[in-house]
Amino acid sequence: MKDIIVVDNLIKKYKTAETNAVDGVSFKVEEGEFFSMLGPNGAGKTTTLSILNTTLNPTSGKVRISGFDAINNASKIREKIGVIFQSPSLDVNMTAEENIRFHSVLYGYIPFSYRYKSLPKKYQLRVEELASLMDLTSELHKPLKEFSGGMKRKLEIIIGLIHNPKILFLDEPTIGLDPLTRKNLWDYLLQVKKKGDTTIFLTTHYIEEAENSDHVMIINKGKVVSFGTPEELKEDLIEEFIVISSMNNEFLRQELISAKLKFEGDGPFKVYIKEKDLQTLFQKLKSKLSLIQVHNPTLEQVYLKIIGDAKHENL
Amino acid sequence: MRTFNAIFIIAYRDVLKLFRDKRRLFSGLIFPIASIAILGSSLDANLSQTVGFNFLVFVYLGVMVQNMFSSTASGIAWLIEDRQNDFSQSFFVAPISRYAIIFGKILGESIVSYTQILGLLAIGYILNIPLDLNKLLLLLPILFLICFFGGAFGVLIMANFMDKRSIDQVFPFFIFPQFFLSGVFTPMKNLPDYLTVLSRITPLFYAVDFVRGIYFYGKPEYSEVVIYSPLTNLIVMTVMFFAFIIIGTYIFVKSEKER
Repeated sequence: MKDIIVVDNLIKKYKTAETNAVDGVSFKVEEGEFFSMLGPNGAGKTTTLSILNTTLNPTSGKVRISGFDAINNASKIREKIGVIFQSPSLDVNMTAEENIRFHSVLYGYIPFSYRYKSLPKKYQLRVEELASLMDLTSELHKPLKEFSGGMKRKLEIIIGLIHNPKILFLDEPTIGLDPLTRKNLWDYLLQVKKKGDTTIFLTTHYIEEAENSDHVMIINKGKVVSFGTPEELKEDLIEEFIVISSMNNEFLRQELISAKLKFEGDGPFKVYIKEKDLQTLFQKLKSKLSLIQVHNPTLEQVYLKIIGDAKHENL
Repeated sequence: MRTFNAIFIIAYRDVLKLFRDKRRLFSGLIFPIASIAILGSSLDANLSQTVGFNFLVFVYLGVMVQNMFSSTASGIAWLIEDRQNDFSQSFFVAPISRYAIIFGKILGESIVSYTQILGLLAIGYILNIPLDLNKLLLLLPILFLICFFGGAFGVLIMANFMDKRSIDQVFPFFIFPQFFLSGVFTPMKNLPDYLTVLSRITPLFYAVDFVRGIYFYGKPEYSEVVIYSPLTNLIVMTVMFFAFIIIGTYIFVKSEKER
């Protein structure tokens, strides 16, 4: 697979800011990949995304999307991308369908027409398909003034997906969505990803949404603090351990020393061991265990640890 | 073709907004009628005999042009509101020329301003403004071009502001002096030198003089009313139009992308 996004030493300093919002970030995203960028508020996620979607110029560094330079060939890049913005970019004076139509015409997906019925059938079918997915069918022709925050969010998602973009940028897409719609959206996006022709670039606060990613990049204060697959991050950055105890903890202690394992405590014992080595350990132990707890870290724990460590280092 | 479609949909949005905002539609019709009916009639009663030509026609044409120009110019400021409420994100991320965005906005606001023509023609009929069909058919497209000219001026002003509140406060300072320096209400011949200079750098001056030149062409009072030939005015307006658009779009895009 070729790299569809290449970012090299990206720096962005806003005119009124004292520090860099993005500070030397470099990464690559392969075509068809599901890439997640995690980070706390103010980490530089939306700034990075704005540079990638060509709405903001970097202070320095290089960004190439689908082989095109983000500054000199921005219009070529815009033809290939779809963006679901963090803040709604909707016109409340128009109906939901008129907002979708506005965007679709700007992207060249359909020609201009002031009547919905005169628009191409493929557009009408696509609108109905996505409206059904987002449970918005009955509201399609209603003015946005009657919409709740969640309904507007659903509409934003339809707008981002309508023209089948090659690269889909999602900036915290599921904020404000009910659990069912969130699930429907992710089922749909993973289905799109399976087809292999759409690259998904996600920023999110919901760590579990990044669990399905091919790669996760964690940034904090404009810098990359961790990068890898979700499994690599878990493996490399979180202590894997088990907690065990037996009726005779002294005998168990001797066994752990003989097995040359790192452990803590006087019983129960916190034994540092990778999950793959558990079978071997249990075969070696003769003690009758009264307690076995396996600590299996989630990506959220990895994230919290990394962000926590970064904060600690900055103190 | 995509560019034209983009221009049309951006313009269509403005037209939709107007027809869904009945108060704006109503006030757009009433304001120009009130300007001509009250101010024009009053000036005509006091000045017509002194200047030696139909002063009501003079003011009527001036107000028509001023309305088309200033209404479109101020409408362009809505782009700033779009930026503030993040709607402009969808413009900027779309694969269309930045000029298409600006032209679409100017076209939309020009159509919105042009709806005022109905009220202006109605008051012209009531006030017995002499306007034959040939002149009317000539003036209608010209007034639409004046809207475009006003839109280009609006782009240049709007591009320099980041929030709607600031531009709403400052815009009158760019518009109201033009009403007086362009000769909407008073003749601009025999002015002190400094006022002559100021009037000649006022974009609205050329638009007003152009429309009066077209209306009075071939009439005995032409030389008393009109300062420059319609061709001269047209050339100056064309040069200003492209300068405003190019400089305004450049500043607008730069301020958006280089925050």
